Amino acid sequence: MVATLLAPRPLPLAPLVSWTILLAPLGAALLIQVVGIHRRRLSATLAIGALLTSFVCTGWVFLQALHNPAVLPFELSISWISLPGLTVPFGILMDRLSLLMTLVVTGVGSAIFIYSIGYMADDHAYSRFFGVLSLFAFSMLTIVLSNNWIELFIGWELVGCCSYLLIGHWYARPSAAEAGKKAFLVNRVADFGFFIGILALWAISSPLASERTFHFQALQERLPGLAHQGLIPLAMLPLIGLLLFCGPLGKSAQFPLHVWLPDAMEGPTPVSALIHAATMVAAGVYLLCRAFWLFEHLPSVMTTIMWVGASTAFLSACLAFVENDLKRILAYSTLSQLGYMVMALGLGGPVAGMYHLTTHAFFKALLFLAAGSVIHGTHEQDIWKLGGLLRPMPWTSGAFLIGGLALCGFPGLSGFFSKDEILVLAHERNLALYWLGTLTAGMTAFYIARAWFVAFTGKARGHPHESPPVMIGPLVLLAALSIVGGYLGIPRFLGEHGGAFHWAVAGMSLAVVAAGLVLAWLIYGKQAISAQQLVHALALPYSFLQRRYYIDEIYAWYVAVIQQKLIAGLCAWVERHVIIGLAVNGTARLTQDMGRLIRLCQTGRIQTYALAFLIGIVWLLSIPIRH
Amino acid sequence: MPLPLPAAILLSPALGAFVLCAIREDRDALIRRLAVTSMGISLACALAAVMTYNPVAGGYQHEVVIPWIRSLGINVHLGVDGISAVLVLLHAICAFTGVLISYAIKERVKEYYIFYLLLITGVFGVFLSLDLFFFYFFYEMAVIPMYPLIGIWGSDVKEQGVVRFSKEYAAMKLTVYLTLGAVVALTGILWLYASSGAKSFDLVALQRHLASAPLAPSLQQWIFPLLAVGFGVIAPMWPLHSWSPIGHAAAPSAVSMLHAGVLMKLGSYAIIRLAVGLLPAGAQMWLPWIAAIAVMNILYGGFVAMAQKDLKLIIGYSSSSHMGYVLLGIACLSPLALDGAVLLMFAHGLMTALAFALVGHVYDETHTRYLPDLGGLARQAPFIAGCGVIAALASSGLPGFGNFVAELLVFLGGWDRYPVQVICGTFGVVITAVYMLRFVRGTFFGELKPAFAHVRDAATPFARLPYVALIAVLLLIGCWPKPMLRLIDASARPLIERIAPSPMQEKYADVDSLDLQPLAPRETP
Repeated sequence: MVATLLAPRPLPLAPLVSWTILLAPLGAALLIQVVGIHRRRLSATLAIGALLTSFVCTGWVFLQALHNPAVLPFELSISWISLPGLTVPFGILMDRLSLLMTLVVTGVGSAIFIYSIGYMADDHAYSRFFGVLSLFAFSMLTIVLSNNWIELFIGWELVGCCSYLLIGHWYARPSAAEAGKKAFLVNRVADFGFFIGILALWAISSPLASERTFHFQALQERLPGLAHQGLIPLAMLPLIGLLLFCGPLGKSAQFPLHVWLPDAMEGPTPVSALIHAATMVAAGVYLLCRAFWLFEHLPSVMTTIMWVGASTAFLSACLAFVENDLKRILAYSTLSQLGYMVMALGLGGPVAGMYHLTTHAFFKALLFLAAGSVIHGTHEQDIWKLGGLLRPMPWTSGAFLIGGLALCGFPGLSGFFSKDEILVLAHERNLALYWLGTLTAGMTAFYIARAWFVAFTGKARGHPHESPPVMIGPLVLLAALSIVGGYLGIPRFLGEHGGAFHWAVAGMSLAVVAAGLVLAWLIYGKQAISAQQLVHALALPYSFLQRRYYIDEIYAWYVAVIQQKLIAGLCAWVERHVIIGLAVNGTARLTQDMGRLIRLCQTGRIQTYALAFLIGIVWLLSIPIRH
Repeated sequence: MPLPLPAAILLSPALGAFVLCAIREDRDALIRRLAVTSMGISLACALAAVMTYNPVAGGYQHEVVIPWIRSLGINVHLGVDGISAVLVLLHAICAFTGVLISYAIKERVKEYYIFYLLLITGVFGVFLSLDLFFFYFFYEMAVIPMYPLIGIWGSDVKEQGVVRFSKEYAAMKLTVYLTLGAVVALTGILWLYASSGAKSFDLVALQRHLASAPLAPSLQQWIFPLLAVGFGVIAPMWPLHSWSPIGHAAAPSAVSMLHAGVLMKLGSYAIIRLAVGLLPAGAQMWLPWIAAIAVMNILYGGFVAMAQKDLKLIIGYSSSSHMGYVLLGIACLSPLALDGAVLLMFAHGLMTALAFALVGHVYDETHTRYLPDLGGLARQAPFIAGCGVIAALASSGLPGFGNFVAELLVFLGGWDRYPVQVICGTFGVVITAVYMLRFVRGTFFGELKPAFAHVRDAATPFARLPYVALIAVLLLIGCWPKPMLRLIDASARPLIERIAPSPMQEKYADVDSLDLQPLAPRETP
């Protein structure tokens, strides 16, 4: 029963192609589980083949859309649950937003899948890895292509589950096992709010219980009218907006729920690149774009979103200053860049947000894969134990350099254009955020240059070796995308024609970036300023940053003391001593004691019974006398 | 005339138990094969009953009526509707996998299987009976075999090597508690029988009679709590739940599977069928209380589970927490929520059976269930660990498993009437994730302790069959819930619509009049 809601009339093949995009990775995941779990080569082939199929199909839709813009948007839908009073569809909504995101997920994803062949070559759970990766690709595409809130939530939870499984891929390492659990639980807490937001949105979607809906387009068409007629309580919509924002707060790891992302680096590096940099963590930003029609009418929510984004951008950039683990530096950088995107959304610029999401997917995936290549070649990820990688690992170093330059917004590279869009937006709408964003750009340049100078230049340690071609290939591809990403016309594809180039903003951010780079070079490259002395001079802020603002400690304290000892402990105490001990066992004991008491009467001695008999008779006889 | 399906489902394990009595004790293999065969027949018949149930026609189907004591109005009346068909299937699956899991039992195999089959027969009887007398009869029949099953084949609940609850205590407590509950419920049943004037224990006749001549609300107000609390003991309703986690923990794995998987559902089923179904006015009066108790079940049970260190106690308290969602679904008096409650009974039954089966395997291999002693088993037993992760994720309501759909329906159906309770229930899902992931982390992940270097996985296809079957069904209804929901809805919706018009319809009536009425000129004060 396939109902086509918005008929893609110019494209007869569209239903087949679209369902293939979504379901091919799921098929691969199932096949790997059933037949491929002990066949390494087969499982990798299946996973990569399926994702490439999705990519090619997406590319086909993209080309058709370029050729004839009237093709988009189209929608396919089947009904998943249909009861009187409740219809939950499962479908595909293909518009420019989802098409761009699908291209990113399948394209960058394919590169990372191929890279994994090399990176995971010696892993004993190779097939399981590719199986879960495929499941992840399916779940992510479910989020991207969904046409209703429940389907989106399904994908949302499934990517969280895949993230849990992949972070804990090396489950025997206690740190990895803990990190997976932490990621899942933090996201669960956020999704608690998100889910209630979805419920509430459904409840207000129609005054008639049987006509309520989760469907994006139906909601978009209905809600303004309902709000206008006053059929929605006034305070309800901002509340729903905040609750829905809880979703991105967890998934895109915004402050103060960011704590899981740095720990998630315990997973294999391709996972960090795909899930914890390019796609899953960007799902929050995607969600904000998808529901932008709702958020943009809620100014109080928008203000919250932009400040949360800006503070995430700034605070995590600070944390990257003092981090010594190469992957964790990149993780903080991801947090910071996600903050930029969320800030862009909060400022009312979904196109700028999506633009930065796309270029970030290119250059951050590149950075992570380059870092993975370093780890593969040296078995080391502490930047202070690395060094002198330029000569033994030229391709990797080149890739990292391009990624790093794109990240800090070097003119001409992709990051320059997308970050600039956000800063221009901030310059127009909120000057405080503009300065905060610009400052963060300088800090970004500083921390990535620090990583570069410490880990890649200087004296060589150990015997690093360059990675195999199967890993270098994806690096080259992503490096190319990071370079040209700014010239692909992404904002135009999303329907924004863009204002004139803002020279003042660009000049300012360039100056700040240059300052950051030079400072990093002076300290870590030329070593004109001693890093040691600097740390001594700034001991207090340094240790504050090293302890990550004590946020992890606060949460750990909450979990161990409040949640576990106080609440759970109290409930367990009540259970043990009041309900079991007092009420149940007490009743049993009472019955037993009553029995004992009555047993006292049963002495078996005729004299006692005769005495009782006598007393009874006297008592009976006394009744008439007393009256 | 071929044997009607309900009769076949019921007779197969009963006959199995009788035949087992005649077999020599030392013929283990034959005994096991017989038990598996008899359960296989039941399972096939249960499947057939579900497949052939016609949801469009609705009502009771596959009926068998044999008059028994005419003067009292007692019939042998078997049959299923959409709700009981689903539960019969749940029981058949759990019992079939339980019989397979019971291969781990090595002592007094013959007696074990006799009691086990009697237990199975009793539970089938409750779901299939459409006569209150036999309903009660089978209910007691299900409770009694638990005593020897736990007392003889069970294990003590230990904490750091010290016995915290002995199996004798657990067995005694469970039996006495459930019998007490049953007696309270019996009082309600007899009162209902006496005051209805229908002179019949037959549920269908009673229902028809009460539809035309309902009991006075003042009477319903008293009978309803008797039934709800009496059957609520086994549901298990807070604070009458304390027999259940300890009972689960002390019972052998296959018994815990049935116990948490199906036996608890007897209580909620009886509340739906008898208390809510026959006493609508009483239901409307008391259900807000049940909704509040349900929240206590969810949150309190969850937090207590969080503090436990014995694997079976964790799963046990999680069961009593999750049955809170079922109670909440019943209390909402909305068709959606009741659909969700019944589907959750099914999904939770499978999930918890899976969890107890694998905890049983862990215990058999390591001889401990104490969480701090365990660790790293995934390396030695990847299959069991995979099942453990799946059980944890299913339990915490991950989409793709039946539990998600069911909880979603309960929340959607309950939102209008009890938003606060629904929000608390949603928070319960977070709590579940906390203790289930801790269970997985502590048991399977981390470094392998040297003491467990020789732990074996469930390696053969035969040993894996019960796990795979349970997971497959959970995934099936999670991914494609439509057919089963149609079945449940066919019976749940008429039941609710008899009682309560949906609150939203009333609300909408307001809105309509708001639109149609011309605005009255407002007086300024």
